[in-house]
Amino acid sequence: MASISMTVNGRAVSGEAEDRTLLVEFLRNNLGLTGTHVGCDTSQCGACVVHVDGDAVKSCTMLAAQANGSDVKTIEGLASGGELHPVQKAFHENHGLQCGFCTPGMIMAATEMINRHGASLDEKTVREELEGNICRCTGYHNIVKAILAAAQEMGGAQQAAE
Amino acid sequence: MYKTTYHRASSVEEAASLISGADDGKLLAGGQTLIPTMKQRLAAPSDVVDLRHIADLKGISVAGSTVTIGAGTTHADVANSAEVRSACPALADLASNIGDPHVRNMGTIGGSIANNDPAADYPAAMVALNATIHTNSRQIGADDFFTGMFETALNDGEIITAVSFDAPEKAAYQKFPNPASRYAMAGVFVAKSGGGVRVGVTGAGSDGVFRASNMESALSASFSGGALDGASVDPSDMLSDLHGSSEYRANLVKVMAKRAVEAAG
Ligand SMILES: Cc1cc2nc3c(=O)[nH]c(=O)nc-3n(C[C@H](O)[C@H](O)[C@H](O)COP(=O)(O)OP(=O)(O)OC[C@H]3O[C@@H](n4cnc5c(N)ncnc54)[C@H](O)[C@@H]3O)c2cc1C
Ligand code: FES
Ligand code: FES
Repeated sequence: MASISMTVNGRAVSGEAEDRTLLVEFLRNNLGLTGTHVGCDTSQCGACVVHVDGDAVKSCTMLAAQANGSDVKTIEGLASGGELHPVQKAFHENHGLQCGFCTPGMIMAATEMINRHGASLDEKTVREELEGNICRCTGYHNIVKAILAAAQEMGGAQQAAE
Repeated sequence: MYKTTYHRASSVEEAASLISGADDGKLLAGGQTLIPTMKQRLAAPSDVVDLRHIADLKGISVAGSTVTIGAGTTHADVANSAEVRSACPALADLASNIGDPHVRNMGTIGGSIANNDPAADYPAAMVALNATIHTNSRQIGADDFFTGMFETALNDGEIITAVSFDAPEKAAYQKFPNPASRYAMAGVFVAKSGGGVRVGVTGAGSDGVFRASNMESALSASFSGGALDGASVDPSDMLSDLHGSSEYRANLVKVMAKRAVEAAG
């Protein structure tokens, strides 16, 4: 057992966990943050994507100990003050989910994608960069639409602020 | 996953001493191969030594025509590097097509070549670029480094610190990805430089990455897709599995090689 400390969604947290504990297990079992899902055991589905120090990573393919001292963001950390994050809102408005199982990972992947590309994000790039996120329900079309809509809104907001 | 003990190294020397002190330890870089393998219980190291926080292993530098990439540099950092993009765009393209964005944010060039998966992308580039693999004890030429499927010339506990190569005149990588895993079913890296043409092939060979010497001589005589019309690939040297027969892979190698030559221009 080791003591693990990190910042999760802006809050300093710590807990005891075995060295073999995966980051996703630490988030779900130690911290009760069950928004991050596990959809496979082969590192392929992306349901578990969170941000570690700003990068989208698969939390099922990282030990909690590797993230010791890091700044982690999960789906629970996106909305602020009861107001959905623009990517969450866009998934809602564009019907970007059906069962919702893949959605936390999709949204965390999408927010990082938009952070990197801004409003210039195009459909081809979105489809290519969703390589690591599998959805068994939507056929991806509305997910792509939602991400493009959010990129427009967030990019537009950035421009207005400049 | 079986029990393991985690160590975080802050220098190459510390990592070397931690790994030599471990019963059955493994170096842990991006974890994008090692962690899935441990989850499947196909690996059960007593200890893992995390290299990700060693600053000396990260970064890209170009001196004259020599490009040096630290072993701990992620696929995303190679893909986005302006230096790599200008010295050898083919390598930046290769890195940008490994797996998916999340894998690229963690996976490293050192981990990829140490693992020498027969379907991994970087090994093809390393042999085609005649790269040098630097470790904490010596330098190894790519031709001598990759010794067979999942096998390398590395000794137990030896740590790759960087790879270096001279920027080629022209180069390109073409990969036919398995549609499910995105690993190469055949990937061909072609590089032309003063010393001639080198062709590295991954994904297809039954003994892992290899150089296609008959293609190299055809392309050294004439660097064009047409020069490969007569080049044959022996199916008996190719992998055969549920994704494709050896005859299919032999044909794919030739098609990818032609496309790479055409893309290199
Ligand atoms: C979903 C998915 C898709 C993928 N698709 C592709 C693909 O299309 N193409 C491709 O090429 N790869 C692919 N990969 C593999 C990926 O590129 C890995 O990042 C890479 O193979 C291993 O690098 P790593 O840094 O993650 O190494 P780790 O998993 O940390 O380590 C791998 C091995 O290398 C050893 N090692 C690590 N660093 C060093 C070092 N500095 N010196 C000596 N030994 C070291 C470790 O001990 C271990 O044995 C994929 C992986 C996943 C999960
Ligand atoms: S649960 Fe992490 S990739 Fe599937
Ligand atoms: S909405 Fe069901 S898996 Fe994507």
